[in-house]
Amino acid sequence: MTASLEVDRLAYAYPDGTQALFGVDLRIERGERVALLGPNGAGKTTLVMHLNGILTAGHGTVTVAGLPVAKGSLKEIRRRVGLVFQDPDDQLFMPTVREDVAFGPANMGVRGEELDQRVKAALERVGMLEAIDRPPHHLSFGQRRRVAVATVLAMEPEILVLDEPSSNLDPASRRELAEILRSLDVTVLMVTHDLPYALELCERSLILSGGVIAADGPTREILADAELLAAHRLELPYGFSAG
Amino acid sequence: MSAGHHHQLYRAGDTPAHRLPPQCKLAAVVGFVVTVVATPREWFAAFAAYALLLAGVLLLAKIPPGFVLRRMAIEVPFVLFALAIPFVGTGERISVAGLSLSLPGLWAAWNILAKATLGVVASVLLAATTEPRMLLLGAQRLRLPPLMVQIAMFMLRYMDVILDEMRRMRVARESRGFTARDVRHIPVVARSAGALFIRSYERGERVHLAMLSRGYTGSMPVIHDLTASARQWLAAGTLPGAALAVLLGSVLLKTGEW
Amino acid sequence: MHVPDGFFTAAVSISAGAVAAAGTAVCLRGARRELDDRTAPMAGLVAAFVFAVQMLNFPVLPGMSGHLLGGALAAILVGPYTAVLCMAVVLLVQSIFFADGGLTALGVNITLMGLVTVLTGWGVFRLITRSLNGRAAITAASFAAALVSVPASALAFTLLFWVGGTAPIEIGTVAAAMGGVHVLIGIGEGLITAVTVATVLAARPDLVYGAHGLAAPLVLRGPDGDVTVVPEREERVTAPAGRSRPFLLAGVGVTLVLAGVVSFFASGDPDGLEKVAEDEGFLGQATDHAFGSWLLADYGDVGGIPVGVTGVVGVGITLIVAGAVGYAARRRDREAGREGGREDVTV
Repeated sequence: MTASLEVDRLAYAYPDGTQALFGVDLRIERGERVALLGPNGAGKTTLVMHLNGILTAGHGTVTVAGLPVAKGSLKEIRRRVGLVFQDPDDQLFMPTVREDVAFGPANMGVRGEELDQRVKAALERVGMLEAIDRPPHHLSFGQRRRVAVATVLAMEPEILVLDEPSSNLDPASRRELAEILRSLDVTVLMVTHDLPYALELCERSLILSGGVIAADGPTREILADAELLAAHRLELPYGFSAG
Repeated sequence: MSAGHHHQLYRAGDTPAHRLPPQCKLAAVVGFVVTVVATPREWFAAFAAYALLLAGVLLLAKIPPGFVLRRMAIEVPFVLFALAIPFVGTGERISVAGLSLSLPGLWAAWNILAKATLGVVASVLLAATTEPRMLLLGAQRLRLPPLMVQIAMFMLRYMDVILDEMRRMRVARESRGFTARDVRHIPVVARSAGALFIRSYERGERVHLAMLSRGYTGSMPVIHDLTASARQWLAAGTLPGAALAVLLGSVLLKTGEW
Repeated sequence: MHVPDGFFTAAVSISAGAVAAAGTAVCLRGARRELDDRTAPMAGLVAAFVFAVQMLNFPVLPGMSGHLLGGALAAILVGPYTAVLCMAVVLLVQSIFFADGGLTALGVNITLMGLVTVLTGWGVFRLITRSLNGRAAITAASFAAALVSVPASALAFTLLFWVGGTAPIEIGTVAAAMGGVHVLIGIGEGLITAVTVATVLAARPDLVYGAHGLAAPLVLRGPDGDVTVVPEREERVTAPAGRSRPFLLAGVGVTLVLAGVVSFFASGDPDGLEKVAEDEGFLGQATDHAFGSWLLADYGDVGGIPVGVTGVVGVGITLIVAGAVGYAARRRDREAGREGGREDVTV
């Protein structure tokens, strides 16, 4: 079976000269939920930008369900990889929730009744259907993040990539989002430094540190390895134990 | 969170004035203002009639007069300017309460005040009865280039976000005991402006990435289709139509006299 | 200060509207060439930024404060094309949503605060940075560009006022008042612009359009220690100088149009006429003056010049020239094999 996502020896440097990735290798099978852990500045966001071809590799390749990320395949790649940005304000750029969720499928050529169905179904899955005609900036932060997930779900992606999904959420919103993510039937790559959230949602974890994958294994084992965590500036919250 | 600007511009409602398609309303208001501007300034009766027409729209749209008055504050700088004209104006001078005023200056002041005020009230009514994004879509129907409309849409969407960031920067400055008082403080404020630009630009880049991620290829998918029936155009045409009738009526009367 | 409805004669408003539309049309194409599909979000965010910084008030004289116009700042940060678009959108939004600036005066406002500030600001900036290089030069050039852009806008206002203002004030008085105050405001604008540009330059030099070429080439190290030098991003390969040529040409065109309008209406200027009439003793009654503010009302023959006719001819010629500028820009675009014609402007 082809993997949902395969990254091979990926390296990248930013226009200002800082190099963020030094050769990343990873493979995620269909239906897996994987956490990508790493301290600030480890290159997590940079890696995410490569997954749907927003940044293109200086070195190496990215393959999504058998399709390599390349100039000619971008449209299909972007349908397959659903990226949920860290700041929902970046993702919700249209005047109303309905138009925002419709933006992706409409770009794919979906119109009319089918478009309407998709929008409603996606909002239903994140429990935000009642907000369909509201402007995004009138929603709470947690609600905006859920709508952001819906904008991506409406494209029926192969893999859902979330950048720091739990950041800035209050405990209730955090729990609600976790429930939504668990209920989804897609491959999930969750980029985070929120270790308990990773443990709650993902069987498997990767540590990205210094621009390379430094560890790959069951989340429970990785979080139990205090030495490994300390070496990569990762810490469990006070009083929390992965055992 | 943000109680930004444009929320106060629009007053939700379900009146005939609210229900008209935005392109009709926009065209009507422009037509009205053009008629007002084209009216010779000593035709007081015509201006009174225009004011009555706007009052009619105000009633129809159920907009409280206080709302319009507050929004008219935008006019204050020009009112001050207009009031200065009779003092500095040239031409024949008359004496009013011991002040020497220019007669053409008085006429000019009246001209600017009357036309600008009618223009402002008409614009306020338009913005009060039409959602900002619908107004922009209406402008697009009236052949404003789609790219301009998109830019304006993004501007409206992120105005509050950016003003919020600016407010937070000011709070951060002031909580460290800084308030801008004179020219020497300009550099401090300007450095925040630089930081604000970087944030805005980077947000623009991220928004663009978010758009690309959802298949954007350079043009916005058309989801709204704004159509206006002949009846709606006719209804919207009442305002400029009546104004034009007033103007033409006045022309006939005046030429009759002369 | 945004010009309201009724401040200028209909002829001037329409002509300025044509100039603004042609200028914006040129910039729509230019911006799309530079930013491609990034135009809408980038220009939108920069417009929101300009809107925000226009709220920065700074003291000019005791009891008087000015606010930033932002035209020169935008030109240096994002380039002249995008800057004009941003200014035009800001003024459009201010006019239709905030009633700040009259709907019929939108063309005047875009011309004065968008085209003139951006064009002169960018012109001065390029003039200085063409011969001087480095961060200090860019900062100094930013100061000079913004400093000049404000009185230039005031001067353009005075010109329009001379041509078709509705208030009977001596042109010399207007020029002195506008010029004097705006030189002071220009100093504030220059200071803010220079420091803002310097701040951005220090943190993200790659974001300053006017400073392209300062950024070092990219060096990429691979996993095995191999080194690749990545060429600059595609959209930055052309030097600003090369790209600014069509813009400068357009600027010259716009200026010519403006000059044309000025010379055309100067003879039909109601205030000027009235002055002549007063001197010659034609007019005893100030009431007659009223017709001067209305293009078609002035069917009379004053001083031998049929004012209404002059006005109409002037507007016609302006429209033709403005249309030609827009058309030329469109052709250039087509010749370059762009599909940009899709969202054409109807001038």
